[in-house]
Amino acid sequence: MRRCGHGHCWLLGTLAFFYLVLLSGVEADAKSDHHSENGHHQNASSISGIPIVTFKWHHVETPYTVALWIIVAGLCKLVIEANHHVTNVIPESALLICSGFILGGMVWGADKKQTFKLNPTVFFYYLLPQIILDAGYSMPNKLFFTNLGGILLHAVIGTCWNAATVGLSLWGCHMGGAMGDLDIGLLQYLLFGSLLSAVDPVAVIAVFEQVHVNEVLFIMVFGESLLNDGVTVVLFNVFDSFVSLGGPAINAAEIVKGIISFFVVAFGGSLVGLVFGLLLSLLTRCTKNIQIIEPGFVFVVGYLSYLTAEMLSLSAILSITFCGVCCQKYMNANMDEKSVTTVRYAMKVLANGSETMIFVFLGITAIDKTIWVWNTGFILLTLLFVLVYRVIGVFFLTWIQNKFRLVPLDLMDRIIMSYGGLRGAVAYGLAALLDENKIKEKPLMIGTTLIIVYFTVVLQGITMKPLVTWLKVKRATNNELTLIEKVQNKVFNHMLVAIEDISGQKGNNYMRDKWTHFEEKWMSWFLMKPSARKKHDHLFNIFHMINLKDALEYVDKGESNGTLEFIRNDTAFIDFKKNYEDDFSDVSMPDLTIDMGDDTIANPYASVLRKIRDAVPSISLEMHKQTNYGLRESENINTHHLLQQHLYKSRNQHRFRYSRSHFDLNQDENEVQEIFQRTMRNRLESFKSAKLGVAPPKPITKHPRKDTQKKMPNGKSTEKRSYYSGDEDFEFSEGDSASGYFPRVTHRPGTGIENPSFMPDLDPRAPVQIPPWLAEGELDSTAGVAPSQRAQAGLPRTPSNLNRLAPLRISTRSTDFPTSSSSQQSNELPPPPSPPPYHPHKI
Amino acid sequence: MSQQSTVHMPCSLCKNLNSIPDLTDNPIKNQIINAFFDKRNQRNGEVGTYREIGFEEFLMVMSHFRPTSRKTSEEEKKAIRKEKLRFLFNMHDSDSDGTITLEEYRKVVEELLSKSGNIDLEVAKAIADAAMLEVASTNMPDMAPDYFYEGITFEHFEQILSGLEMESRMHIRFLDVDTNTMRCDRK
Repeated sequence: MRRCGHGHCWLLGTLAFFYLVLLSGVEADAKSDHHSENGHHQNASSISGIPIVTFKWHHVETPYTVALWIIVAGLCKLVIEANHHVTNVIPESALLICSGFILGGMVWGADKKQTFKLNPTVFFYYLLPQIILDAGYSMPNKLFFTNLGGILLHAVIGTCWNAATVGLSLWGCHMGGAMGDLDIGLLQYLLFGSLLSAVDPVAVIAVFEQVHVNEVLFIMVFGESLLNDGVTVVLFNVFDSFVSLGGPAINAAEIVKGIISFFVVAFGGSLVGLVFGLLLSLLTRCTKNIQIIEPGFVFVVGYLSYLTAEMLSLSAILSITFCGVCCQKYMNANMDEKSVTTVRYAMKVLANGSETMIFVFLGITAIDKTIWVWNTGFILLTLLFVLVYRVIGVFFLTWIQNKFRLVPLDLMDRIIMSYGGLRGAVAYGLAALLDENKIKEKPLMIGTTLIIVYFTVVLQGITMKPLVTWLKVKRATNNELTLIEKVQNKVFNHMLVAIEDISGQKGNNYMRDKWTHFEEKWMSWFLMKPSARKKHDHLFNIFHMINLKDALEYVDKGESNGTLEFIRNDTAFIDFKKNYEDDFSDVSMPDLTIDMGDDTIANPYASVLRKIRDAVPSISLEMHKQTNYGLRESENINTHHLLQQHLYKSRNQHRFRYSRSHFDLNQDENEVQEIFQRTMRNRLESFKSAKLGVAPPKPITKHPRKDTQKKMPNGKSTEKRSYYSGDEDFEFSEGDSASGYFPRVTHRPGTGIENPSFMPDLDPRAPVQIPPWLAEGELDSTAGVAPSQRAQAGLPRTPSNLNRLAPLRISTRSTDFPTSSSSQQSNELPPPPSPPPYHPHKI
Repeated sequence: MSQQSTVHMPCSLCKNLNSIPDLTDNPIKNQIINAFFDKRNQRNGEVGTYREIGFEEFLMVMSHFRPTSRKTSEEEKKAIRKEKLRFLFNMHDSDSDGTITLEEYRKVVEELLSKSGNIDLEVAKAIADAAMLEVASTNMPDMAPDYFYEGITFEHFEQILSGLEMESRMHIRFLDVDTNTMRCDRK
């Protein structure tokens, strides 16, 4: 908030608005007492008449205050994020805490006491679960499990180490008399140490995401801080029970019990999470008919796993973490694409929202006289020990870890890992949970915890980024979406497994392979919808994604060339889902699919590739399509035009329908049926003609306006291609023209865009009866040879383009039809001088 | 590829390797077994295939998977990386002519995907083609239109995989065996 001085008036305005909101809230709060009293009076003194309007603040007080605070926190974030110069330097979490200070000051000013505090119950039951669930759900699973050993080492041993050393050292200093007269025993110190060992995932991750540190470092810190939260809570509970047991009653048996309970609680919690995760996966397997509420299950079941673990006094945090981790794969596969997107967004909204709330309230809590008990020695020593032991612990553990790691963590990684030990809200929440009766110095502990939280979040948060830059920590390599790399990765995996098999070593790769097999064979079978199983292959997904991008890019290109001329050639037709699914039954499709012909992709291709490289693979391609490929004004008009001409016009376009259970705008049974029928009929026709004309049906791709494509960046313009390209792909363009698409289009060169699929049913010149070669000859004489020539010229060097876009159709154009082709070729073209037999790799 | 390997399979080690039960599920089993008999992987400049290899040759092949230690210098690392890539390249280039043609590449991809069950042959082919096209357009952005791209040469292969992090992908951490006590018995 210190940026108010920068002179952004509107920021000040917003702040003033805050103040107003806040004051109104607070004053209303204050007034409410009077009102409620008055109300009671009125009620008591019987009603004199029917009130037209009554002010019933008391009625809505709690939810109203909650809602107000949520919006205030949101507005704080809005103000903070408005200026990126500041957030680039100071992390958002630190700024939120600062704005919490200001808000807290206001409350304090109005009430003379701190009415609002971060309450452990609210924190642990309503704010924390969604953050953890989000972290678990968006966990990069493979990375997490490959580094699980290291993560567990840090999360379990590291946490215990921190708790023990901080507690013992403080106790030692206390004995040495460094902090005056305090009523804290050894056990209390250990308890305090354990609550201070909770590393907060939030702040570190925010910074790491900004600077893109390498993925191993990322997962180490992220995974550690996540699991560490769970472990800390467990440790805290163990020590808490020791404290309540009292020093003298503790004997060896109790200690052993404590250790056992530590493991039982931690692993039991994880197990509960796993069970719920599997349950959730199973549940989403059969939610096909209630798609509209299926995203809700994730949150409810996740929360249930949290509560169940809590009920069984197991680790709730670990439970919800593992619930998220283990359901994500199956859930994403089982649910509808839209639901997955919804879950993603809703998860982020909840997690980010409560994170904001937490930081704001961490700031607000500080403005309270009652919690501050100053003891310089205690506070400074705690701070020192926390920092020092974190460094020592990390260095020691990574040293152990490096003995077993293939790629050792280097010094920089270690420094960042130890510096990334920010303490956060969990530490405070636990401190607030302390029992005043058992721990006399609770205020001092809370105060110290807060100071440590502020120190680490603000100071370390600010310095983290310069440090990462300065130390030249290995950055993440660009996550490229090249198919060949993915293929190679797969090769690597199998090769490593094979080599381990041959050498007889049961190493990581071996285990992973066995797990993958088991997972594919049983888990997927059990937890995944059969249809989802089909499209689950990673490689295929990437392939599919690249194809989609190609298609989009292609349309984009065509549009930016000024006109949508290319549509006229039926190189692309917009199709409906139904239609598409006929072709690619195993591909999940966005509604707008663009089906392409072969030769047209050639030119935009290289640029497509480049673009793909830049882009990070986005799962919700459909949603971002609009933004990624944002159209400029003129193109917009074109698109509009295209769509208008192209799409099936629904019969009841103007009927507004509201339904709570369905989203679909235009999916009236009849309409879909009609669309389907028309498409099918069309298909059937082309199929029939293809049968007659030997060649298989395929949307043909002719380019009367090749000149536009000269501009394509890759320099692979087709014009220079010789007339006799001599590729046997050639005859398919002939065959295709028999499929009924070509004639219609060429005969109406100027009539705009039409989608054959949705044309009125009867075409007078039914192409069915015309054998393809005749049709072709006729056409060529009328429509001119040029287009087909070019199209043919374009084909040979782009065989794989087609394959990419129409994986299943490729079969129709492979080498299987040499005989029919020759007859056609000779029919129309002079034989190529030296026809290469087949060059699929000619590019 | 699969036919090839069955053709010169009679050697004893082939049989032994083939009979490793864990290997049966490996989709690229044949390629890997062939790699052991490939003279190119022996680092002595020869080309061709062995009918039978001894322990030394076996070790030589295995040595491709040696992890780098922290003491290895940058140049050494580069050289090692290149060697590993070469091994991979040889695995793809089944006819030892220095280029991975589309047919060769397709075969590998098809076999690679054959065990995953859900992808049929055509898709595998298409994926191979797409990957091939990627290589072509990355390496020769301004290729003449009638240029005939024969296949991936090693240079191209190296270039397109330059972004790939190899350290964790082609290394195997063999158990730290005390070399003094290790005996070279026949397996």
